[in-house]
Amino acid sequence: MLKSLQLEPEKCTGCLQCEMACSYENEGVFNPAKSRIKVFNFHDEGRFAPYTCTQCTEAWCLHACPVEAIVVNESTGAKEVIEDVCVGCKVCTIACPFGTVNYNTDSGKVMKCDLCGGEPACADACPTAAITYVDSSFTGLDRMKSHAEQTIPKS
Amino acid sequence: MRHVIIGTGPAGVTAAETLKKLDPGSVVTMIGDEPEPPYSRMAIPYLLIDQIVESGTYLRKNSDHYKELGISHVEGSVDSINQEKSEVNLHGGTTTVGYDRLLIASGSTPVTPPIEGVDHPLVSSCWTLEDARRISEVAKPNTDVVLMGAGFIGCIILEALAKSGANLTVIEMEDRMVPRMMNDTAGNLIKDWCESRGVSVNTSTRVESILEDGRGLSVTLSDGKSIPADLVVSATGVKPNIGFLDGTDIKTDLGILVNRQMQTSDPHIYAAGDVAQGKDFSSEEFSVQAIQPTAVEHGQLAAKNMFGLKNAIHQGSVNMNVLDTLGLISSSFGLWMGIENGESCELLNKERFRYINLQFCEDVLVGATSLGLTEHVGVLRGLIQTKTKLGVWKDRLMEDPTKIMEAYLGSTHAIGHNANIMK
Repeated sequence: MLKSLQLEPEKCTGCLQCEMACSYENEGVFNPAKSRIKVFNFHDEGRFAPYTCTQCTEAWCLHACPVEAIVVNESTGAKEVIEDVCVGCKVCTIACPFGTVNYNTDSGKVMKCDLCGGEPACADACPTAAITYVDSSFTGLDRMKSHAEQTIPKS
Repeated sequence: MRHVIIGTGPAGVTAAETLKKLDPGSVVTMIGDEPEPPYSRMAIPYLLIDQIVESGTYLRKNSDHYKELGISHVEGSVDSINQEKSEVNLHGGTTTVGYDRLLIASGSTPVTPPIEGVDHPLVSSCWTLEDARRISEVAKPNTDVVLMGAGFIGCIILEALAKSGANLTVIEMEDRMVPRMMNDTAGNLIKDWCESRGVSVNTSTRVESILEDGRGLSVTLSDGKSIPADLVVSATGVKPNIGFLDGTDIKTDLGILVNRQMQTSDPHIYAAGDVAQGKDFSSEEFSVQAIQPTAVEHGQLAAKNMFGLKNAIHQGSVNMNVLDTLGLISSSFGLWMGIENGESCELLNKERFRYINLQFCEDVLVGATSLGLTEHVGVLRGLIQTKTKLGVWKDRLMEDPTKIMEAYLGSTHAIGHNANIMK
């Protein structure tokens, strides 16, 4: 069964352990700027929201890629960047409407969440279970909606 | 059902694959006029700097990809279409390919500016793999290269030409770089950036003539100056490939006119990609966008309609571009130039070449420009295309336009798996 990242902003304390773990797992350094998951700080509300690629079914990044450098990992469902094939044209970074494909100026390639091949380091590192890796059927949009609604006030 | 596709770029290939998926029993034939496997022009700059080899530009990496899907690829230039017989003629009329549905995805070709000497063999466009091979033979360290045109395509190859070690001079007739993608502030910042990195950029300048002198070419500019060149690269714009439509009644304007099913004025013939004048999401008018993501969208939609799917209606493509000029990343989206009676905000740091400009219609983002932004930039597209009502976040963005992700998360509930907010 496919699993996906469940993000529960109301449990997030803004400790940034997920960013550190992601950066270390994927880049070998502790540098939040290299993290594929990002914790957004809502100062006015005193709240935090972790956010990363939802591995959406539309796969805007994958379809926009001109050189077939983004592929679906059939075992995890993740849309993965093949670094050797990516030329660094960045079309996927503007095509992803969620803003979760970023350009890495050091490598000249793009980077996005690949679910760490099925063992997401961010979920392991999160001390408050704000990020968990659960069966996809468990994470309905409605559920996430209600979590988000509680957390981030709508206008 | 026989589906014939003219063109093997992203629109044509996407359409062929979509048709085979929807209708595995159909006969799908792609016709291309270049002696190469389908490849991406977007990847040519990376080929020029030897970051990739030619196969790295190919749209699909498995060499048997098309064969495995049962898509046939015919090489040849289309001469004409016979609507009465439902046939495409190629190879000077010696070959005909019959169709039940035809897709024209023939793309565009560089225009040749009316300049004396432009037909000299050392004047080249940079559009095909063949062009790239020619250019990489000449553009070597310490050669003099003149680039005519600093539009999107000119700027995409600018970096490759500069990295070749050649002395590069850029000539652009408008008053800034990438004038159809960047506003005055951004276009001139890109110019400053390029000049600070050793590329001479002459805006509001035209090339008057290109003449051969004793040691190479001499390029005369509208300001009276003459500069030497070993190679002139022409990137002064592209035009849709529609010459073979002569003798048909298919309606054209700036490109081939299509309805929201990507269907031309002939109900059996469709058009997609750079050649098609399709719906623009923002203006709701029909225009030629000539960009990669739109070509793919067109290709998918055209295929669905050729197959006969109902409700595959084009909602309009968001015009957007991203560019890397010598390491300065820029992007623009939708109505980046703003709208009448709209509101806008911007933040500029000239020293660090950082810039963001947002354009609103009431509390909805309708356009954006950015320089030096490499994180979360796609959310600008998302906010524009979902017409998200930003409410209080509009005022917060007016104060700090960099808070685009916070504005998105704060005004939608899209946190979670497969959040289908684009539907």
